Amino acid sequence: MSAAHPAAPHEPVLVGETRARLEALFPKYPTRQACLLPALWLVQQARGWISEPAMAEVAEVLGLTPAYVKGVVTFYTMYHTHPVGRHFIQVCTTSPCGLCGAEDVMRALLRETGCGELGATSPDGRFTVVEVECLGACGFATPVLVDDDFHDSVSPEGVAGLLARYP
Amino acid sequence: MGYPHPIHPKETPVLSRHFGEAEARTYDGWAARGGWEGLRTALAMAPEAVVEAVKASGLRGRGGAGFPTGLKWSFMPKPSARPHYLVCNADESEPGTFKDREIMRWTPHQLLEGVAIAAHAIHAERAYIYIRGEFTEAWAIMEAALAEAYARGALGGDALGSGRRIDVVLHRGAGAYICGEETALMNSIEGKRGNPRIKPPFPAQAGLFGMPTTINNVETLAAVPHILVRGAAWYAGLCLGSPKSTGTKLISVCGHVQRPGNYEITMGTPMRDVIFEMAGGMRPGRTLKAVIPGGSSVPVMTAEEVGRCVTDYEGVVAEGSMLGSAGMIVMDDSADLVYQLWRLARFYAHESCAQCTNCREGTGWTTRVLERILAGQGKPEDLDLLVDLGEQMTGKTICVLSDSCAAPVVSGIRKFRGEFEAYIRRERQPALATV
Ligand SMILES: Cc1cc2nc3c(=O)[nH]c(=O)nc-3n(C[C@H](O)[C@H](O)[C@H](O)COP(=O)(O)O)c2cc1C
Ligand code: FES
Repeated sequence: MSAAHPAAPHEPVLVGETRARLEALFPKYPTRQACLLPALWLVQQARGWISEPAMAEVAEVLGLTPAYVKGVVTFYTMYHTHPVGRHFIQVCTTSPCGLCGAEDVMRALLRETGCGELGATSPDGRFTVVEVECLGACGFATPVLVDDDFHDSVSPEGVAGLLARYP
Repeated sequence: MGYPHPIHPKETPVLSRHFGEAEARTYDGWAARGGWEGLRTALAMAPEAVVEAVKASGLRGRGGAGFPTGLKWSFMPKPSARPHYLVCNADESEPGTFKDREIMRWTPHQLLEGVAIAAHAIHAERAYIYIRGEFTEAWAIMEAALAEAYARGALGGDALGSGRRIDVVLHRGAGAYICGEETALMNSIEGKRGNPRIKPPFPAQAGLFGMPTTINNVETLAAVPHILVRGAAWYAGLCLGSPKSTGTKLISVCGHVQRPGNYEITMGTPMRDVIFEMAGGMRPGRTLKAVIPGGSSVPVMTAEEVGRCVTDYEGVVAEGSMLGSAGMIVMDDSADLVYQLWRLARFYAHESCAQCTNCREGTGWTTRVLERILAGQGKPEDLDLLVDLGEQMTGKTICVLSDSCAAPVVSGIRKFRGEFEAYIRRERQPALATV
């Protein structure tokens, strides 16, 4: 994932391959608006986050307004409205995982990544760690999502080894 | 089976029989295990006959509400120029529940087959499977299975050579518990914020894109091929308790048990068998304190209630709770129930879509009052305040997220009042820093 500085000039994102993948979705839905969530995923996959100019581009292609698109983006917790670390880490701390030590895993992640606090990016830009609600894997506590990789049964001791796989 | 654990002798593995077998994920692997026969059988039947078979099986919705599936399908209007849609709810976000994930990870064709049968039964040419955004692994497996099912002609313009069109589209969520609520989910597919809709109109009249729609949970649909192949009478006969609860049910067991996992039981199996035998019971030296049996959105049960409980829709209600999605959150005597209920209240406050005042304010205040109790700043009247808040949050909002927050908290206070009072009387060290 690349993370352009928020102030950098906007390079169009819905072009080339990304645009083609979006247009391939059109026949699957009776409205253009229904392609909004998939379009936002495509933007985030290409850029690592969703900037306001990118939202305006999505709005233009789908026949929506930028304000409408922003309203949808901000409803969903998985869309990033600002740049994040090269690797984005989501750890579940909801009660079922909490009973099995998830908070210790979260603290180990904050310490070993150097992020220090939730939502912050490590000084080297490598990691951002966030706490999330139930990941639907409560029997495999503690689940940790690193980018698109779902890791089950992570223990505090396993954190260093896990992070080593994400340079 | 409680993958990665072997099948327990008291389980009835139907949906979960092939969990853990990577080969079952492929089209041929699934066909070699009897797969796609259910769809072949269904396509040779009139749609109405499929609905009747599902009605006769007694199958009820596995997403939480337990609504009879065949009856729901029969609410769909006669075919007309308006397209019908089938939606599969794979948003699984209810704390304690992780069964749909395993169905998709291990038996993606089982789900696709069930989806296709349901689409046929309700006269839909297109089905959407809404998979929560965090299920990246399940998504990739479903995507590969879908491509293979199309390539082999099981889906598409001529499903299994029947002349019938059945298209399936995967749609990815983006992080929002509320999108598991059926009308919020439909808004989400339509490219909107995931706010639940006021009912009526019900989805069968005006659902996805305003068209007649049926929505079912992953586990509900995955059961359908087996009903078609083995017969409604066989399914209805899988019943050890109330005749209104039939078939098998995946029970996700998590928290303080030795073998967390999904155990597939015949409806009516004693709850103590699930927790103490299949899931291995408590760790050495520990005793059971409480279980929240239906995912986190239902009343807490005491060990005594668990000991008596028959695991089916009626049996759990008889012990003062609900079967819900059957995600059992188990707590032993080391658990701080007050802390756990605060953490759950925080979950609901975070996930409220904030449309309804009683939910937005109620989940927020419940969290804050529990927070001050845990910080050693609680007042004696706080427990009555929480119960009163719970009443204002029950039956007063568009969807039941609000009720779902109140249920565990209010029942927790009623059944474990002493644990709350210990914090309020400063007999217990604060569990949270000063608020
Ligand atoms: C707040 C809330 C969250 C829900 N989450 C889910 C979910 O994640 N998965 C699900 O299948 N049903 C969920 N439901 C229930 C659905 O609204 C709906 O009843 C269900 O998908 C119907 O399918 P079924 O009849 O097969 O159970 C939720 C309901 C509410 C109120
Ligand atoms: S509570 Fe952590 S995955 Fe469900």
